[in-house]
Parts: sequence; C-alpha cells; structure tokens
Amino acid sequence: MSAAEFSPLQRPHDRLRWRRIKNRGMELVAWLAAALAVFILGVVVWSVAKKGASALSLDLFTKSQVPSGFSTATGGLANAFVGTLIVVGLATLMALPLGILIAIYVNEFAPRTIKRFVTLTLDVLAGVPAIVIGIFVFSLIVITHGQSAYAGAFALSVLMLPFVARTTIEVLALVPDSLREAALGVGAPRWRTTLGIVLPQTIGGILTGAVLAVARVAGETAPLLWTCSLAQQGTHWNPSLPLQTIPVAIFELSDQADPTSQALAWAGAFVLIMAILCLSLGARWLATRSRRKIMRASG
Amino acid sequence: MSQSEMSQTRGEPVSESSTIEAAVRVETKRQPLPPRERLHQVFDIQDLTAIYGSKPALKDVSMEVYKNLVTAVIGPSGCGKSTFIRCLNRMNDLVPSFRQTGTIRYHGQDIAAKDVDPVAVRRTIGMVFQRPNPFPKSIQDNVTWGLKVLGMKDNLSERVERALTQAALWDEVKDRLKASALGLSGGQQQRLCIARAIAVEPDVVLMDEPASALDPIATQKIEQLLHELKQEYTFVIVTHNMQQAARVADMTAFFSISRGEEGERWGELIEYDETEKIFTAPSDKRTEDYVTGRFG
Repeated sequence: MSAAEFSPLQRPHDRLRWRRIKNRGMELVAWLAAALAVFILGVVVWSVAKKGASALSLDLFTKSQVPSGFSTATGGLANAFVGTLIVVGLATLMALPLGILIAIYVNEFAPRTIKRFVTLTLDVLAGVPAIVIGIFVFSLIVITHGQSAYAGAFALSVLMLPFVARTTIEVLALVPDSLREAALGVGAPRWRTTLGIVLPQTIGGILTGAVLAVARVAGETAPLLWTCSLAQQGTHWNPSLPLQTIPVAIFELSDQADPTSQALAWAGAFVLIMAILCLSLGARWLATRSRRKIMRASG
Repeated sequence: MSQSEMSQTRGEPVSESSTIEAAVRVETKRQPLPPRERLHQVFDIQDLTAIYGSKPALKDVSMEVYKNLVTAVIGPSGCGKSTFIRCLNRMNDLVPSFRQTGTIRYHGQDIAAKDVDPVAVRRTIGMVFQRPNPFPKSIQDNVTWGLKVLGMKDNLSERVERALTQAALWDEVKDRLKASALGLSGGQQQRLCIARAIAVEPDVVLMDEPASALDPIATQKIEQLLHELKQEYTFVIVTHNMQQAARVADMTAFFSISRGEEGERWGELIEYDETEKIFTAPSDKRTEDYVTGRFG
C-alpha cells in the first residue's frame, strides 16, 4: 500500500508544498537582512581597528596631540578624551534634569492637549539636524562669548533633551495607574505620589534613556565644529575654554597628509565605537532590569 | 442513601411561604438596624450624574450612607457601581474626560464642589481597590508611607502594629516587616492594602470589589474584617457577588442598567434599603429578578 494514498492531513487544494517553499523563502530574506546589518557593523569595526592599529597603544590615552608639522613625533588623543568627557558630561548635566522634569510634567500633570503638543514639539526637536543646532548655538552664544566647552555642551544638550524626555515619558507610562491610585488613595498629593512611588519605579528606565542619549551625542561632530573646535595645544580641563573632542579630532586628523595623524584618527574612531557599544550594552542591561522591576510591581 | 435522606442531611428548610425564592440567604444573626432617622448620615448624595466624555455612566443617584454601617453596592457589570464609589472620594478626577453633576454632602459639606481639594477628601475617605496594589516597598513601608506623607510621624511602629492587627495580618508578617510586600500572597496583599488605608485613620473606607481577585478563604477573612472594623469606620463596598453583599452589608443599594430610546445605556440606582429587605422582599421587580438570579 502506498503511503500517499490517504493522509488525514492532506486536502486537495492546500498546495502545502508551495506554501512551505514560500515560507522558507521569506525566512531566508529576513535572515539575510539581519545578517547584512551584523556584517556591516563587523566590517566597519574591523577596518577601523585595522587602520588605527598602529596608533592603538597606551600613548593614545596618556599623550596629547602634537601640533601638525612635527610629523615625526607621535602623540595621543588624551586631550580629546578629556574634552569629550567634559563636554558630554556637562551636556548630560543640563539635559537630564530638564528632560526628566518635562517627562514628569507631560505624563503626570499635563492635560491631554498639552501633552500631545509637548510630545510633538519633542519629536520635531529630535528631528532638527545637528548642524542647525550648531549654528543656532553659534549665533546665540559663540558670537558674543566665543567658543567654549560650555557652548559645545549646550549644543549637545539640545540634541539630548528630546531623547531623554521621550524615553522617560515612555517609562513613566509603563508604571501602572493602580500604583498612582494607591498613593493618592491614602491622601497623598500628586507630587508626593510622583516622587515617592512613581519615580523610584522608573529610575532604571530613566538611566537607560540617559545612557542611550549620551551614546547618541558622544559621536556628534557638527554641533561642536561651530561651538567648541578651536582648541589650544595640550590637555585642558577648564570648560570655559574650547576643548578638543574625539569627533572633532577625527575630523581634523583625517584631513592631514601624514599617515601617523590618519592612524590616530582611526584609533580615535575605534575607541569611540567601542565606548558607544559598551554604553549601549550597559543601557540594555539596565533596561531589562528595570522592566522586570516594574513588571513585578504590577503583577 | 435515599433521596429523602440526602435532602435531610443537607438540612435545607423548604419554605413555600416566602413569596420570593432568594438565590441568596441573608445571615440572620445580624442585629436589627435602628430606624433610619436615628442613624447618623455620613454621605447625603443628591442627583449624582457621572459622565465620561459624552456618555453618562450614572444618572440621578440619590441615597444616603450611614455611619458605622457596611453599605454594599450591587448590580450587573456596567451599571456604574465603580464609578459611583469613585465619586465619593474624587478618584474620578484622575480620568481626563470625566464630569459629574449633583451634590455629595459629606457630613454636610459638598465634596463634589470644584473648590474642594480632592487630596483633603481622599485623606479622610480612604480606598481599597479591586486588585491588591501594594507599593513596591517593604511591608512596613507600605503602612508608614501614607503616615509619613500625612505628617503622622509619632509612634510609627505602634501605628504599624495596630493597623496590621486590625487588618488581621500582624501575626503573619510580624517577623518579616522589612520584607517586600510583593512577596505576600494576593489575600495578604489585599489585607495589607486595608491596613495601609486604615493606618491613616480615615473616617470612611471605600472598597471597590476588594475580594474579586481573591480565593474563598482570603475572601472570608476580609469579610470577617468588615464585621469587626465597622465599629470604627464606615464602609462602602462595591461587589458583584450577591452572597458577599448578603453576608457583610447592613444596607444594600441595587444599581442596574437603563436603556434610552436611541440605545444609549446608563447606570441607575433602582432600590436602596436594608440588606435583608433587598434580598427577601424587594419592592422593585428588577431587584427581585437580579437577587433571584433571573437576570445579571
């Protein structure tokens, strides 16, 4: 007796074989798309690392750039790392509190129309090109007060603000209303409810947003070109001076003729990519942790 | 065992005399209530209408709530029971599209008025919710948080013990007050929520289906609590469980859904009386249909 004679699962017009082939095909296309993304990242990291390999040493982090023209001397990017740390740090200090306050207002206090308006504004702000923000800060601060790390940090904070605010709004929305009701039900005013019950639930999520925003702006070049690029030689810590930063250093060094400078630019790019990768991984870890915490509270 | 023996062992008296076969038996051991004019009014609600957006959820409710009694609100799903109870402590203020008309006099003061601070209302009129919602803090902090917010910072540990004892939870948690409240069982969490509500010494405690997410044993514990705590507090309890209303309530309000000519629906107070009367001799046909299980 042949096996194909009768099968309880077989019906005449199902064309099961064809459907299985289509399914496989779609799966393959999706897999290829995902593989392509990973492949591109791999190629970028690999080529950046390879080209910067000659400059990747301890000197990179301990020595400052040497003035161009003295091409026999090999320097490092210590001045740029210090500058990026200060500029991004200041930008975070400006954007984080303001972003959190905006999010609290929007999610906990604002009537629906204002909520919609502010969210839209944040989306538009997030879409403004970085170079435009650079020019804006240039005309606002730099024309009168000159370049400084403060001006650069302000430009970056304008970029960070919508990110911080949007992610914070999203985490606040995850906190179940039953918790707010519980707090209001014992006679707590709105602000105590927000500070004492809602915010502690969301700190992990807010930090995740902050870390992602930092990762996002740490590599920004355009806003800094206008506001914080005419750095002096040597490593400086004073934010009222224009400080050298990694993206600007890469931008300038890649323009030079001698290969040591170009290698330095590649090495700086490699460190930047790695730092952002680590920040993103850290943010992911924080995000899963905080989501689990909120889940437990609402379960 | 024969049929007759079985019915005897079940011990159910068959009375043909009662006109209504109530699906629910009211516990008879309760004390008879004094006449209503001798009871002290906590709430005097007049023509309360509650509207979400443009849809009325509740129309023209007028009733009183009396001190140191348990008042149950029963009715089918969607009849506005929860909306009603949430009006009593201004919890609906949190819903953006919500509006209400009519007056809710609380010891004579209209708390539905716009100039009344809802925080002050909720401070004296506490609430226990349908799903246990302890704060994600320790058991002790769940009780003390409200106390601290309200400035009742003296004798915190005594207040915690008292509230937890009143909520019949003290013996179960006294050795682990610092443990997370989220590690408690559902029934324990709900009793913790009751402890949290009564710790701040409210006048009234509103309960929105407090046992609907709990198993029968936890439910029974909460019902026993109501019997004991009503010496000190006034309770308004929403329940979809008629047996529960019959067991715990002194007064019962029956809400139902009315339909307009164009198919719109709203909740309405059909009948409000002593629990025994509602379940054995209701004066409205719709109440009778509901309590005998023919509808709802």
